Amino acid sequence: MAVRKPPITTREYWAPGHAACAGCGCAAALRLATKAFSEAMEEKYGDPNAFAIAQATGCMEVVSAVFPYTAWKAPWVHVAFENAAAVASGVEAAWKKVGRKGKILAIGGDGGTADIGMQALSGMLERWHNVVYLMYDNEAYMNTGIQRSSSTPYGAWTTTSPPGKYSIGEDKPKKWVALIAAAHQIPYVATASVANPYDYIRKMKKAAKIDGPAFIQVQCTCVPGWRAPPEKSIEITRLAIETGVWPLFEIENGDFHNIKIQAPGGGAKVKREGGRVVAIEFKKPIEEYLKLQGRFKHLFKQPEAIDQLREQIKAMWKTLGVEVTLPKPEE
Amino acid sequence: MPIRKVMKANEAAAWAAKLAKPKVIAAFPITPSTLVPEKISEFVADGELDAEFIKVESEHSAISACVGASAAGVRTFTATASQGLALMHEILFIAAGMRLPIVIAVGNRALSAPINIWNDWQDTISERDTGWLQFYAENNQEALDLILIAFKVAEDERVLLPAMVGFDAFILTHTVEPVEIPDQELVDEFLGEYVPKHAYLDPSKPITQGTLAFPAHYMEARYTVWEANENAKKVIDEVFAEFEKRFGRKYQKIEEYRTDDAEIIFVTMGSLAGTVKEYVDMLREKGVKVGVAKITVYRPFPTEEVRELAKKAKVLALLEKNVTFSIGGALFQDFSRALINEKEKPVIVDFILGLGGRDVTFKDLDEALGIAQKALAGEEFDEVNWIGLRKEIL
Ligand SMILES: Cc1ncc(C[n+]2csc(CCOP(=O)(O)OP(=O)(O)O)c2C)c(N)n1
Ligand code: SF4
Repeated sequence: MAVRKPPITTREYWAPGHAACAGCGCAAALRLATKAFSEAMEEKYGDPNAFAIAQATGCMEVVSAVFPYTAWKAPWVHVAFENAAAVASGVEAAWKKVGRKGKILAIGGDGGTADIGMQALSGMLERWHNVVYLMYDNEAYMNTGIQRSSSTPYGAWTTTSPPGKYSIGEDKPKKWVALIAAAHQIPYVATASVANPYDYIRKMKKAAKIDGPAFIQVQCTCVPGWRAPPEKSIEITRLAIETGVWPLFEIENGDFHNIKIQAPGGGAKVKREGGRVVAIEFKKPIEEYLKLQGRFKHLFKQPEAIDQLREQIKAMWKTLGVEVTLPKPEE
Repeated sequence: MPIRKVMKANEAAAWAAKLAKPKVIAAFPITPSTLVPEKISEFVADGELDAEFIKVESEHSAISACVGASAAGVRTFTATASQGLALMHEILFIAAGMRLPIVIAVGNRALSAPINIWNDWQDTISERDTGWLQFYAENNQEALDLILIAFKVAEDERVLLPAMVGFDAFILTHTVEPVEIPDQELVDEFLGEYVPKHAYLDPSKPITQGTLAFPAHYMEARYTVWEANENAKKVIDEVFAEFEKRFGRKYQKIEEYRTDDAEIIFVTMGSLAGTVKEYVDMLREKGVKVGVAKITVYRPFPTEEVRELAKKAKVLALLEKNVTFSIGGALFQDFSRALINEKEKPVIVDFILGLGGRDVTFKDLDEALGIAQKALAGEEFDEVNWIGLRKEIL
């Protein structure tokens, strides 16, 4: 009987026993990232373990490295909230100097990347360190109890963007760090989703094999933060892709004219010109994505806020060079 | 043969870094120590120093990169001052807690506001509770020597703590003096290569560094930093002795000058010690019984040495270029702690002077001496005295 090769290595670097909530999309993202990294290292250097991780303070750090335990089977260092990129720079420099072959994976949440860590990230990318920076984007500061970040989407409830008489919830559009990273003209930038693991693994592997800096922003659910049932984590992130909320793309060498946009699925109609995606007609309304999450519940009482979000999503796609149509739900 | 060169303390610090052969240096310019990374980048550009020099975008990233490199097991160095050191503050605790023997050269400079680029010790003094070892140089030679010594102490397995070496802004950083540059081979023998015993970010022996500790473990982690500081006292003595044997220059945690039979001992640090030694020489000619004690090692605090010193004098006059609000200077607190339970103890008078680069003149020292003499005579005196204050502009 033929034995099928597993789609990804069975080696584990993010071991069971970590303390993440059931259904945490970010935990899945980290597990897959390290597996992909390991495969890339094996293919590139013949050593699946040829990597180290520098991680920012945040949920994924707190649930994985509580002395005297650790969920990490790879060399791992945590220093502070805002400096994973700078720490990774130092590790990379040290490895280079001692002639150790391999690559550094820096990991930060959206807070540690889009906000307080932005400067260190920019410095690291600009200096061209041989580091893959993985931003796991659960769209708020989860570790401190669900405060908004600049990566929190418009309208979302968080503990610092509560909806109220004078508030719709988060009142600013989401900041797209991947585009900021790409502006550094680094070799590789991509967005990914835990709902599309094959694509995510491919991107992680590609990033890990590049000589030079790479940046990946992966959307992943937070169960309490999104006020969503644990078993719906993947379904929700898949809906984010299928409704147009979460674009999947790759940008190489900062070439914004040549962004590789991926077809979203979910019945969306994709129009191409010369191989390039220029328009997408989404079939599923963003409401399908929003309604599974408590953090958007209040929006349904103010449909104009959802329309506002729709406009922002269109604008974001326009930046990517794609005209999108986002349907409203049928009455 | 060692060579002698006329140089600024900043260059001396860069030379020390070159001799110590760190593998990673990450630094960001700030007056008055900008020349340190500049000089180091020249060494690297000319192939005289085989190191990775990371031109980071801030001091916060400088120290963060040093933490990363040190966690990866290599010798690391950086330089900064004042606001730069303050920006590192958060990571300074982490470097000590993670027991990473990073060395920082600090051109001691005042802190804002008002912004001021000149000398006092407030920057390093403000970091005294981070767990870092602290050395203060009197002159450019000491700046070089103490950096080498700092590496050796920091990397000792009984210590494994980061260390900072302070030298006064402009008074030393920008002033040239002859400095002896030791032979590279001798420095290599003295320092050796830094090879951490426990695995550091080694994929074949993965460990987790920088974890979270619950209340059940945090105190113990802090205690080990305390313990390492205590251990450092002995290690520093050993390293000083070895340094003297190899290089012929003697260092002590507290260096005493004309203290035998002194009634009043001035206690100070950094380049001010040089000024006060001159002043004491002058007074001695007039028959005034004074001496100087220079604090070379401020952390770990040399409590035992302070107790010995205290036996020699009736008055300890502390001359401090820093302020600890509602206390006086930091040394006042340290000395009080060292002596509080001693049966016999001298009177301590505290002087705050020379802040933000204000010159400390013999006239200022006369003023301090006058107050110390009042204390000696049993008259009333103020415990904390701001010397050279321009009351007319207040
Ligand atoms: C300098 C500093 N400010 C604030 C904090 C508190 N803090 C720790 S983690 C965190 C939020 C982390 O959010 P994010 O990066 O999005 O990661 P997540 O918790 O969502 O995984 C905050 C505010 C800190 N550790 N350091
Ligand atoms: S709080 Fe959110 S991010 Fe943190 S472990 Fe739970 S689900 Fe994951």
